[in-house]
Amino acid sequence: MTTAPPVSAANGTIAIRSENLCRYYRMGETLIRAVDGVSLEVRAGEFVALLGSSGSGKSSVLNLIAGLDRPTSGSVIVQDRDLAKLSREDLAKYRLHVVGMVFQSFNLIASMTVEENVELPLRFAEVDRGQRSDLAREALERVGLRARMNHRPGELSGGEQQRAALARALINRPQLLLADEPTGNLDSHTGTEIMSMVREFNQDLGMTIVMVTHERALAERYAQRMIFLADGKLIDDRPNIPNVDGGRL
Amino acid sequence: MKIPDLAELALRNLRESLLRNSLTTIGISVGVASLVAMLSLGIGLQQLASRRLVKSGLFDTVVVSSRRDLRGMGREQQREGPSPGESRVLDEPARLEIEHLPNVIEAYPDIRFITELRYDDKPHLTMISALPSSAKSNDAFEGMQGNFFSSDTAPEVILQKTFAEELLGKTPARGVDETNVADLAKPLLGKELVMRYAQRAASPTQPPLAAAEPAADSRLAEASYSVVSREQKLKIVGVADLDPESMRGPTRAKVFLPLTLAERLHVMQPTDLREISRAASDQPVYSSISVRVKNPTQVQAVEDTIKKMGFTTFSLLDASQSLRTFFRVLDLFLLIFGSLALAVASIGIVNTLVMAILERRREIGIMKAIGASDGDVKKLFFAEAGAMGILGGVVGVALGWAIGRIINLGTNVYLRRESLTPDNFWSVPWWLVALAIGFSFLVSLVSGLYPAARAAKLDPVQALRYE
Repeated sequence: MTTAPPVSAANGTIAIRSENLCRYYRMGETLIRAVDGVSLEVRAGEFVALLGSSGSGKSSVLNLIAGLDRPTSGSVIVQDRDLAKLSREDLAKYRLHVVGMVFQSFNLIASMTVEENVELPLRFAEVDRGQRSDLAREALERVGLRARMNHRPGELSGGEQQRAALARALINRPQLLLADEPTGNLDSHTGTEIMSMVREFNQDLGMTIVMVTHERALAERYAQRMIFLADGKLIDDRPNIPNVDGGRL
Repeated sequence: MKIPDLAELALRNLRESLLRNSLTTIGISVGVASLVAMLSLGIGLQQLASRRLVKSGLFDTVVVSSRRDLRGMGREQQREGPSPGESRVLDEPARLEIEHLPNVIEAYPDIRFITELRYDDKPHLTMISALPSSAKSNDAFEGMQGNFFSSDTAPEVILQKTFAEELLGKTPARGVDETNVADLAKPLLGKELVMRYAQRAASPTQPPLAAAEPAADSRLAEASYSVVSREQKLKIVGVADLDPESMRGPTRAKVFLPLTLAERLHVMQPTDLREISRAASDQPVYSSISVRVKNPTQVQAVEDTIKKMGFTTFSLLDASQSLRTFFRVLDLFLLIFGSLALAVASIGIVNTLVMAILERRREIGIMKAIGASDGDVKKLFFAEAGAMGILGGVVGVALGWAIGRIINLGTNVYLRRESLTPDNFWSVPWWLVALAIGFSFLVSLVSGLYPAARAAKLDPVQALRYE
């Protein structure tokens, strides 16, 4: 399962489909409609940006796609798996093997070294120790962090931490990378660095990318498609031609 | 997750909040220590008691008597020969048969009679009993002055302390039991006693000790014997501090003869009157024999076998059984009291782990986000609880061992000061070590149930939002 081949960017099959996806929370007396009837499709190999102001429901949609949350109603189908119907156990397997996630606050475990953080998903996947170490080094090599693998996250800069998080997201070779404001805690220079890597994953490894951001400029620069959300509803869905300097597209 | 990974992560997590987890582990250690200390004392006391009892020779002994004796006075004799297996004569072949049963060390006749002993030309009437040479190892001879019989046939005698006092004309002061045996023994050892007794002689036509063909019951019934008065000189070789037969009920003897010597004397015994038939031939017939069994645990089996042979048996097993029950209850109480501390410690584990969940909420969220299942999280918390349990168990056993040891040493210092013999009443057998660590592990796992379930149920979205 860890060796699932990367989906080709060109194949155009539907990777993610949601139909009338709803997620409501109850806070005391009031019902909060975080996601309110979102229907969308993302093709395999696409780089999609989810845009909206805070509270628009973009992170909630991402959590539903990530299998971290379950919809109140509607469905979200990722690579033919109806996430709403998966058991807790199968949902965990889905998160382990199909999805890689990066967050605004990096979410590395502070008590572990970079290498241990990166290989943690492999422990859950019960990969052998020797193989684990090789894969972790390989992933760290890819993000240029091999030299700092024995450091703890606290000893790294924000950019380095996010690179470590990217390496961890990559380790199980998932088809899907979900990024929740990946540059939100970084200065523009390191943000660009991280985004180039994400784009590299998209282009070289053929990973499908869904990135949540509130920075329209960032989305315009990297995403092939921009989906706008407000008050939990999809208000706009438009293609975009990334205008990266010297971009290969 | 694989077990080595679980263990590694659990230990890492325990190290992360070292102080809190150490304190919890110490709590478990104290619980286990109290359990081990309590039980080791309980077991030690029990072993001490059974050591004493085994040494006393009371609990490995079965007393066998013929069933006819119980019916009394030979009335049943007139019946057509008793049905085999139901009633048998307790004669020499029967004794040999019993002696060759498995797990039987020896079977010797009980010879006891009341007769007159002369010392310094003064007559003293007393109960005399015969002792086999194996009685030498008996507890009662620990503080004996002089020696045990030089042989099984030697014309020698061992006196019990009170009889020695009687011979010397001393009146034992009531309540004061501190007469020094050595003082009593000094004037008596090596001196001679004259025993006057009634010999049971067979009909003069038959030669004595002609262990002839076993006579039929009918012939026995018609036989008769004569009583001859005899004298035997005996040398005092020892004075015993305790009564070797102190627990044998009302027929307490104060003077002891070597067994074979006593047998050869053919002393008229009180029970002989019941079965006149016995003296028909000189084939020895016994009123009762004592059977020594290798181990008190085999007493029951041997007793059952002998009963099937058609004899009546008696042993102090029942007494030892109630003693065992007593110790079982004592152990149970000690276990309960010891477990109380462990129960308190287990609440400490619950507390620590619940705290850990609050503290590591975000970490749990991260693990779930990158693919940890509920089971993984649950197992991780179990592993942490289990690690604390095993660690606490090991430290606790060591601590309990030390506590028991110190109590034992302290008590022995006290006993020595009170000029009593120190003894070991503390024991930590291997099974107790294993049991304590296993129990501690189990208790900690049970304590981990609730925190682990709670951690596993954590909603990752909520947990990740938590700062």
